[in-house]
Amino acid sequence: MVRLALLHLGVGFAVGGLMLAHKAVFIHPAVPALLGWHIHALFFGWTLQLAFGVAYWIFPRLSSWGFRHPRGRPGPAWAALVLLNIGVALAGPGALVAGRPAETAGTLAELLAALAFGLHLWPRIRPALPGG
Amino acid sequence: MPALTRWCIRAALVNLLAALTVGVLLAVGLLPDPFRPVFYHLFMLGGVAQFIFGVAWWMFPPLSRERPRGNEAAGWAGFVLLNAGMLLRAVAEPAVALSPAPWVRVLLLLSAAALVAAGGVFAGLLWPRVKPRPGKEG
Repeated sequence: MVRLALLHLGVGFAVGGLMLAHKAVFIHPAVPALLGWHIHALFFGWTLQLAFGVAYWIFPRLSSWGFRHPRGRPGPAWAALVLLNIGVALAGPGALVAGRPAETAGTLAELLAALAFGLHLWPRIRPALPGG
Repeated sequence: MPALTRWCIRAALVNLLAALTVGVLLAVGLLPDPFRPVFYHLFMLGGVAQFIFGVAWWMFPPLSRERPRGNEAAGWAGFVLLNAGMLLRAVAEPAVALSPAPWVRVLLLLSAAALVAAGGVFAGLLWPRVKPRPGKEG
């Protein structure tokens, strides 16, 4: 998740830089349409995904509480990773090609990613135990 | 806490204060709408992203015993590029919208280049540190 967040950071900055440069000198009429990609890459692909990745790493482990997986169920966390990145791809570059339906599907995928990660993280919101 | 982290967090707090000041001035109509992108970027880029860079530089797993955080000079270059780019942008972006003189356009291009370079530098510095801590299962 953190590596993918860094990738979205690079892409989001590059897209934003292109849009900013377009304000200084005309580059192409389609450049302002990159705004959605810029926003989704940096809000969801970078900031939110980095928060998810660091939370997965840092939050209290569950081994002391009798859970099988020390970091909780990995399935929903992996689902969140896949859904979040599909969501940014659809709402960003996808929307440039397919318009509003892709943007809607992408935002829905981002919502499902947040739900999946919430499901993963919920049991880990507890005090840390020694050796936990 | 390393020096680069301290400076990133201080600069992030200054950016946050500047962002919210611009936000208040926009809300009461003392600044025109071309300042709105400056408000968003002072907040998310100068504030939030810079705060994240500072903490990640400090907390991410070390690269090695000899160079725990990697190339410090590149880290400082990223800090300067980000803040210089943000400052140029805060001046040049509304100026281009209000009165697009050629020299202001050059400033805006420079700010775009500086900000893209800063993002590349920070992503490149943090990338190799995304790994398990030494001796931990990860």
